[in-house]
Amino acid sequence: MEHSVPTDTELIERIGKSDNEALETLVSRYEGRVYNLAYRMLGNRDDAEDVLQDTFFNVIRSLGKFQSRSSFSTWLYRVATNAALTKLRQRSRRDKSESEFLDEANSVQQMAHAGIKLTDWSESPSEKLLNNEARQVMDEAIAELPEMYRVVFVLRDVEGLPAAEVAEVLGLSVAAVKSRLHRARLYLRNRLSAYFTGDKA
Amino acid sequence: MDCREIFEGLSEYIDDELAEKTCEEIKRHLEGCENCRVVVNTLRRTVTLYHSIEPESIPGDVSLRLHATIRLEKERDES
Repeated sequence: MEHSVPTDTELIERIGKSDNEALETLVSRYEGRVYNLAYRMLGNRDDAEDVLQDTFFNVIRSLGKFQSRSSFSTWLYRVATNAALTKLRQRSRRDKSESEFLDEANSVQQMAHAGIKLTDWSESPSEKLLNNEARQVMDEAIAELPEMYRVVFVLRDVEGLPAAEVAEVLGLSVAAVKSRLHRARLYLRNRLSAYFTGDKA
Repeated sequence: MDCREIFEGLSEYIDDELAEKTCEEIKRHLEGCENCRVVVNTLRRTVTLYHSIEPESIPGDVSLRLHATIRLEKERDES
């Protein structure tokens, strides 16, 4: 007998017939990706585990309603994203307001416009760019993004989904995804610039 | 194209998602504008730095607990 790897659709069919082994296989296939997404969105292990559990509970509960119009992984990302956003909203910590965030994201444009000379740190040695302290600054900077910018950035630049799939996961237009992604990246660039060069962008 | 227009398209520029003509216009602008060049270089570097972060792997105990709760839930469903 040939042992080919079952597709998601085949596994879902078997799960519908109460095949628990198929369920285990499907969960094992995606738990890592969901955990990473949750961890990047929430920034700590405990919350990431809660989101992971919530995601798969919701998936199992509504698997019967899943229609293969979109791919299973796109649908799973949607469920996971919603679970992560719900968790994020339960936390009392106040997010940066959107206007505050946009001002900071756009500040580099103002600086450039005012003729202030910007510093290029892109060729700095990797010991400087990739050490632990720099990593911590990168994590903190993600955590400062307002949720709808953070989720776009994490799906696109951390999980590596194409812009069109991010749009499908979030129910946004591709243009809206690209625009949010751009603001998020500018904000992160400015934060890293401030750290690497001391510039107040 | 002035700096303001260039700025809006820079993420698409570094992702290689722009039409060839717009791409050429941006390239031409960059040759003469040092600040925009710095923004492109550092924006691209920012993205590659984030790409270089290793995925946070799921801790073994977290995975075990997930599978255990799912099994428990299934058994409860079936009984």
